[in-house]
Formats: sequence, structure tokens, C-alpha cells
Amino acid sequence: MEVTEQMIQHLANLSRLSFSDEETKAFKNDLQGMIAFVEKLQEVDTTGIQPLQHMGDAVNVLREDEIQGSINRTEALKNSPIKDDTFFKVPKVIKK
Amino acid sequence: MNLMDKYQIVIGLEVHAQLQTNSKLFCGDSIAFGAEPNTHVSPVTLAHPGTLPKTNKKAVEYAVRLGIACNCEIVRYNYFARKNYFYPDLPKGYQISQHTTPICKGGYVTIQSTEGEKQIILNRIHMEEDAGKSIHDADDFYTCIDLNRAGTPLVEIVTEPCIHSSEDAFQYITELRKLVQWLGVCDGNMEEGSLRCDANVSVRLKRETTLGTKVEVKNLNSIRNVKKAIDYEAERIIGLLEKGEPVIQQTRSFNADNDTTFSMRDKEDANDYRYFADPDLAPFNLTEEYIQNIKEALPALPAELKHTFTTELGLSEYDAANICEDKSSADYFHSVAAINKHYKAIANWMLGPIKQYLNEHQIGYADFTLLPKTFSSLVNLVQEGKVNFSVASQKLLPELMKHNQDPATLAESLNLLQVSNVNELEKWVDEVIANMPDKVAEYKKGKKGLIGLFVGEVKKVSKGQADPKMVTELLQKKLS
Amino acid sequence: MFSYTSIKEYHSFLGTNPDGCMQAVKHYIAAIEANKHLNAFLEVFADEALQRAAELDKQRTEGQTMGRLHGVVVSLKDVICYKGHKVTAASKILDNFESVYSATAVERLLAEGAIIIGRNNCDEFAMGSSSENSAFGTVKNARDTSRVPGGSSGGSAVAVQADLTMISLGSDTGGSVRQPADFCGIIGMKPSYGRISRYGLIAYASSFDQIGIFGKNLADVAIALEVMSGEDNFDSTASSKPVAHYEEHSHKLITGKKIAYFKQVLDHPGIDPEIKAATENYIQTLKDKGFIVEAINFDWLDYIVPTYYILTTAEATSNLSRFDGVRYGFRSTEGIDDLNEMYKQSRSKGFGKEVQRRILLGNFVLSSGYFDAYFTKAQQVRKLLSDNTATIFEQYDAIISPTVPAPAFKLGEKSDDSVAMYLADIYTVYANLVGLPSISVPLFTHSNGMPFGLQLMTNHYEEELMFALSNSFLAK
Repeated sequence: MEVTEQMIQHLANLSRLSFSDEETKAFKNDLQGMIAFVEKLQEVDTTGIQPLQHMGDAVNVLREDEIQGSINRTEALKNSPIKDDTFFKVPKVIKK
Repeated sequence: MNLMDKYQIVIGLEVHAQLQTNSKLFCGDSIAFGAEPNTHVSPVTLAHPGTLPKTNKKAVEYAVRLGIACNCEIVRYNYFARKNYFYPDLPKGYQISQHTTPICKGGYVTIQSTEGEKQIILNRIHMEEDAGKSIHDADDFYTCIDLNRAGTPLVEIVTEPCIHSSEDAFQYITELRKLVQWLGVCDGNMEEGSLRCDANVSVRLKRETTLGTKVEVKNLNSIRNVKKAIDYEAERIIGLLEKGEPVIQQTRSFNADNDTTFSMRDKEDANDYRYFADPDLAPFNLTEEYIQNIKEALPALPAELKHTFTTELGLSEYDAANICEDKSSADYFHSVAAINKHYKAIANWMLGPIKQYLNEHQIGYADFTLLPKTFSSLVNLVQEGKVNFSVASQKLLPELMKHNQDPATLAESLNLLQVSNVNELEKWVDEVIANMPDKVAEYKKGKKGLIGLFVGEVKKVSKGQADPKMVTELLQKKLS
Repeated sequence: MFSYTSIKEYHSFLGTNPDGCMQAVKHYIAAIEANKHLNAFLEVFADEALQRAAELDKQRTEGQTMGRLHGVVVSLKDVICYKGHKVTAASKILDNFESVYSATAVERLLAEGAIIIGRNNCDEFAMGSSSENSAFGTVKNARDTSRVPGGSSGGSAVAVQADLTMISLGSDTGGSVRQPADFCGIIGMKPSYGRISRYGLIAYASSFDQIGIFGKNLADVAIALEVMSGEDNFDSTASSKPVAHYEEHSHKLITGKKIAYFKQVLDHPGIDPEIKAATENYIQTLKDKGFIVEAINFDWLDYIVPTYYILTTAEATSNLSRFDGVRYGFRSTEGIDDLNEMYKQSRSKGFGKEVQRRILLGNFVLSSGYFDAYFTKAQQVRKLLSDNTATIFEQYDAIISPTVPAPAFKLGEKSDDSVAMYLADIYTVYANLVGLPSISVPLFTHSNGMPFGLQLMTNHYEEELMFALSNSFLAK
């Protein structure tokens, strides 16, 4: 299938990435190659096969409703680029 | 032509209820309301690199409990999916949800509507984690993020679009709220946000079978506001249809200041959530035994109890409905009724003086300290004529509330026992007759209504202790 | 002069050397310094390691019981969280991030007395097969510094290869431990999916990832596996199957087992002729040793890498959404007016190109309209592969193959062609697709001087057999 620049823009938006025009072109070519590569799977007959959704043998793995594992606020905020001593801070959603 | 006859409003309601567990759905942080921001957080809540979820077994139990109570089909094989989107109060950049594979399918909730009993059909109940809070007005330049709420267990209860009036919507939320509180799975507090409702409203011509364009209304933080929002939306949409203008599919927010709605975002902003089964969470199977155990442990539901109280215990519909308003009230009645057969009297007490006491002290039956056996003795005292009702409710009850004790002994010590001894009564009756010769003469001449006056006087003179029934008989005998 | 061969010998040495741990740590700190040009380490916890060594020496000489990994020097791939220490996934987006908790695997190592000496360089977010995708420079193969060490756990492999640590931890999602082990001439193993808790392993592809172990000595690797394995309250996918005595089995010599190899693997057009010949000769050697070795048909070879890339990029794109600059990591602030701009700039500047490519591909295969054709399809193929695997293990005890079709390539040789790089994984991704334990054992040397190995896979949770067989293969 053909990969268009519009598709790249759409995927970039979904991924919260942003590209210059050259980058868009480069990613378009990259993705074209990658998608062509994975298209091979269309050759496999998978009629009636259940998709494998979970790996491993674990089933019914539930935990007790106990309070544990919380860290203090200073630790929690420590790594945040912009914060005060109470909240994480982000730019407002809508441009003013 | 009445517009309401021309059009049909179609409403679907999505309610999010926070489950009353101790800890979050996928990790051990507390979910208690009102904590300092960002103090109920762990590396898992913060979505630190390398962290993983693990499902809270109590949350599953509560979801199943609710599903059984709503007559849903309980799905045996369960797993969670990731709903992918970016928002600062969604730490992982995806929400773990059962949106695509709900734990409960179908079901219904019974409501009393103006047209009689109705079943509001459910589409599903599924579990998911709550997001944190974005606070937009705490700072001029930034939105502040509090992640205490992120990860709180929710169930989302979705109706079919089968509600056709705002009144029915009101009743449904009322019933649902009562039910979740009754079951102990959610405290139903809409002001604190532990119960939230979104309404999907569309309008079509009455004869149409296809649905009209759907508008979603959010930010409904009280049951009354749900009704108001639906009323406003219905009117707005009908207005557009009448003018031939298009109805845009969008999400609107309710403005509680003026009871209107305004547009939040249009469909163009709709996300592709790219749902896929979360590989970090093992699937879980609910066995027949597991479901049966929960079913058996379920408390009798309001409708069932009401039925028992009316058919087996002879309470009126009105009394039974009031007693069954909430579970602690119904439980209390039940425990007293187990040891005392004066059901009507018990109901009268509960709906009268006790209700008044509870209101004055702003508590519920859960905090009501009068033991059922003490209460039962009190009821019996009145039934047996040893104390009259007003003395019992106004004088004995307050004392018993201070501490539980035997009401008969208390009445005696306070000299409140009703006197039924004829000799004693005669003394008082004679005294009153002697003191009111004019009234007695009028009575003898035919003013039989004055008997009440004489009884009242005897009551005064006996400091309330005279058995009014016997006094009345004595007076009638003596004045005939 | 301190020298190391195995944990067993080291513990003997410690018995007669009261400052043995200090000697070891000093030795490795110096070795790492002397080999800086290999770029295997992003950070050395020198002071801390010396302090811990001193404490351990004191405890031991005071007569306290020694843990199974007492004084053992371990390095961690830069995707494994260690409380109070930086971890960056070799990415700018986590530059300066300090972990607030330790991976379960790390806690278990520490509980048995291990000394964590530093964090190893790797491909960014474990995405790569050469360790050329790090934001902090390429890792070089110590055997030939013009060549790659393999990836993504290149730094961890070189750390063991060049004697900069006793054992190291990596992560293996499609071969990222086995392939570098092969390129560097050491032992590298990936346990069964779910054998070691993933809590604290920065996630690349959740249903493929496992922490893997590098060592020069089979018993060492086995002890480390024993210590780290087992169920974990923080990982729902960790198996509750009992942990066997892997170390004990790593000393066994066995024969007579039935071993399969895939015809199509040896006939693959991309296989280096020397590797093919060496493997075929070795098959004969095994038969001479008393093993039953048979070729079987494997029609899936052309499909396993596409299946792998569809599923891993899908899981990865979702796993990497948390890197948004809000609660930690790099945030772009210049000229940022609103939230979405902040997300886009932070992530675009913070993630390297290969990571961005995989994020895009992952979102592509998950997106509405393509989900069924790609993602669901790949999950169906995975199911077919799993069923096929079960059938194979009804007849056979193990599967062998070359680990990689070609020996370590030159730096820069494949970095322009993503797909060519992906194909280097062709023999290793199978074990991750179906969750099998797999080990690469260094047995051969190429005429170009580079080492290469043999890959051995056993059935799920049969690591004991895998160790016994490996030991038997390595035995002269």
C-alpha cells in the first residue's frame, strides 16, 4: 500500500510528534519500506484462528485490596520539569 | 401542535461510579477523598518507566455484585484493554479499561415512573481506572495536575437509549444511586464526584425508527442537574429541528449557573483510541462458584425488602417505601421486626420521632445507638398501655439515647409509668369534675365534645401519667 | 592482581581474602576506566560500589552468612531501574531522570549481596541490533573496535566480554541479549517469558520483554537466574511456577536428547557460509556425542520478523506514551504556548529517529482501518506459531540454530537501512514470539576473527534442561 505525507502527518499527530517537511519525507520513505516489509503477513491464511492476546501462563492474577506502595509528594514531584511543591504543571490546553 | 407530541426525546445515560475499595484499581495507593494533592501516588500511579499494573480483587467483586443486582449477564472470561490518548491527567498516555469487553452485559434497573413501574435496560457495566484532576484556575499560566484520583477504580454503567423523559432519567439516577449505596459498592456522592453522569440526548420525530444526531452532555454533578440539562438540550435540539437547522454531533458542558449547555468540542476532535488487549494484565476467569458466592452474599435489595414488608409484615406501601429508602434504615427495621411483631408501631416510631431525632442530630441509622432490643421494649411499653406514646417519645426516648437501658425501669424511675389503677384514676377524675362544675353541667346538657377537655385536665393533674383511655371511660361513666 | 573466573572460585578467594570485595571492585573500576573508548558504561557508581564492598567484606569477616551473590559485581543495562540512580534508556528524553524505586530483579540481586557497579549503554529504548542508536554514543566491540557489539544490550555484553564486570543484565525482546552475546563471544540467555519479573524494566514490548543475563561462566548465569526468578506482587505476567535449581543443572553432562533444527534456517539466503558450515559440522559433533539431531520443516521463517515488528512496535508505541515531559523527563519549553505543542516538541526532540520510526509504525498498525489487517493478523500468526511450537516440543527436547546469520558487522554498515537491521534478528525473534527460554553459547570463531555462537531453545520453563545441554555442548 502507498504511504502518503498526509498519513505521516496523521500518525505524527497521534504520536504527538512533529516533523519538518524534510523529516516528513524521510519518515514517509522509512515507513513505506517498513510497511512493505510487514505486508508479507497477508500471505498467511489465518482463517478461523484466535488472535493470541496474552503471553505466558498467568491467569487470575489479582491482588488484595491493601494500601501500600505510596511515596511522599517530594519524591513524586522530584523529576518533574515544571512544578511547585504541590502540583505538576503543564501549559494550558488551549492557546490564549 | 404540542411539540412534545411531535417529537420523541431519546436519552442514554452513562454513569461512572467510584468503587468503595481501600486502594486503587491497579496499585496500592489509597483512594480516600480529600487528601492533600499528590499524596496518594506511587511509581505505578505516576507511570514511571518500568512500572506495571496489578488488578484489585475487591474491585472485581464489587463490579460483579453490582452486575448481579442489575440482572446482568456476568461475563466469565475477562481482560482489560488500553485506550490510548494524551492528556496530562492520564499519566500512562492510555487508560486501562474494559470498554471493549465489559464484565457485565445487558441487565436492567427498575424505576417508578409517572406511567408506573418501568425497566431501564442496560447495555453494559465495565471496569476502568479514573484519571487524575486538571486544575485550570489555580495558576495564570499553567494547568495544575493532581494525580491522587488517577487509578481509582470505576465502573461505567451504560443504559440503552431507552429513556424518553427527563423525569425518567431523574428516577433512574436516583434508583441507581440508591442501589450502589445499598450494595456498599459506591458512596454515591455526586458532589464529591464519586458518582458522575453523562447524558446522551437525541431527538426524532415520533414516528421515526432511526435515532437523531446524538449530543453528549457532561459536567452533571447532581441528579437535579441531569434533569435540567436534558430539558435544556431537548428544547434546544427541538428548536433547531423546527427551524430546519442541523444538529451537530458534539460534546457539551452543563453550566449550573444558568442551567444551560455550551459546546466543548466537536466530533472532528474525536480520537482514534487504538484499543488493544493490555499485555501487562493477565486475563481472569470468573467461575460459577465465585459468582454464586457473591450472589448468596448479596443483601436483600430494596424492592425485595419492600415486598416482604408489605406482604408478610403488613406495612403500607408508603411506610415500606420510606423504611427502605436506605439500607441502614431497612436493616434496622428488620432487626427490630425480628424480635417484635408490632410492625406498624415500629414503622410509626421510625418514621416519626426517630426520624426527627436523626434529622436533629444529622445522623443516619448507621450511627443510631438505640439498640433494637431497647427500642423493642419501648414499643412494647406503649403497646401494653404502660406509657403513652407522647411521653414515651418526648421523655423516654431522649434519655434512652443518652444510654441504652431498660425502658420500663427508666419509666418507673422517672415516674412516667402510666397509671391504670382505677382508684388512683378515680381520685384525679373526681378532682377535675369537682373543679369544673360549669363545664360538667354543659357536658351533661349535651356538649359531649368537652370530654376531650376533661381528659386533658386529668392529664395535667396526673402529670401525664393517667392512662387516657381509662380516664375517658371513667369520665363517661361518672358523667352519664 | 585480581582475576575472575566464576562466582564459585571468587567465593573461595573471598574466604582467604578479607578485603576481597574491595579488591574486586577496585579492579573493575580501573578496567572500566581503561576501556572508556568502548563506551560500554554510561555511569559507574564507583564510590557507592566501594562502600558496599567494604561493608560486605566486614559482614563476611565478622562471620555473617554470605548471600549467593555475595560481592558479585553486576552491571545493569540502562533500562533497568535502580532506586536513587539515574536511568535513561540511552535516550535524551530521560536525561537526568532518577528512579524512585528498584526493579524487583535488582532488589533480589542486592538481597543476595550483589554489588551494582554501573549502568551499561545500549540502543535507545532497547530498539536496535547494534547499540548504534544510543543518544550517548555508540558501543564498540572489544574484540574489534571497528565492529558493533550487537544490540540492543551491547554495553552489557561488552562489559562482560572485556572483563569490566563479573556478570551483567540486559534485556531481550527480539534477541537483544543473545545476539550481542554471539557478536562478543560470551554467554547470553533470555529466560522463558514471565520467568523474571518485568517490574522495573523499562518496557519496550510488554509481551516480548525479559531481563536477560550475560556471563562468561554458565554456572554464574544460572545462579543469577535462580536469584531473580519467581512470582512478584508487582508483575501480573510473572509466572508462579516454582524456580528450579538451575545452578545444579549447569554442572550436569547429559546426552541422548532429541534436538531439532529448522531446515529453512540453514538454507536461508542470508546466512554466512562459514556460519552455515560450522553449524552443520557441529550437528555432526552432537550426533557423535550421542544426541539425536534432526532437521524439521519450518515454513514460518519469512513471517516471523514482520510479525515481530508489527506486534512490538504496537506495544512500544503505547508504552512510550508516558514520556510526555509532564511528570519526568525532558520537556521542551522554548516558544511553547500550549499543551499539544509541548508534547510534540518534547517528544520530537527527546526521542531518536529509530524510536520515532517505531512509534509511527506502531500507531499505524493499531490505527482504525488497519488494525485488523496488521495487528490482529500478526496476533493470529503468533497463535499459529505457538501451536506449532507445542507440536515441535511433543517430539523434541530442544531446538538449535545459529544465533545470527552473520558475524558482527562494521560500525555504520547497516545503520541506514532499518529493514536490513531488522533481518539480523531473524533467528532470535522466534523465542520471544512464543516465550521460549533461549541461550547463545560461544562455540566458534569466524575467519575474520569474530566469534559466533549457537542458539539453544528448550520448552517453556525448562531452563534446567537448557543449562544442562549448554554445559554438555561447552564441555570438551
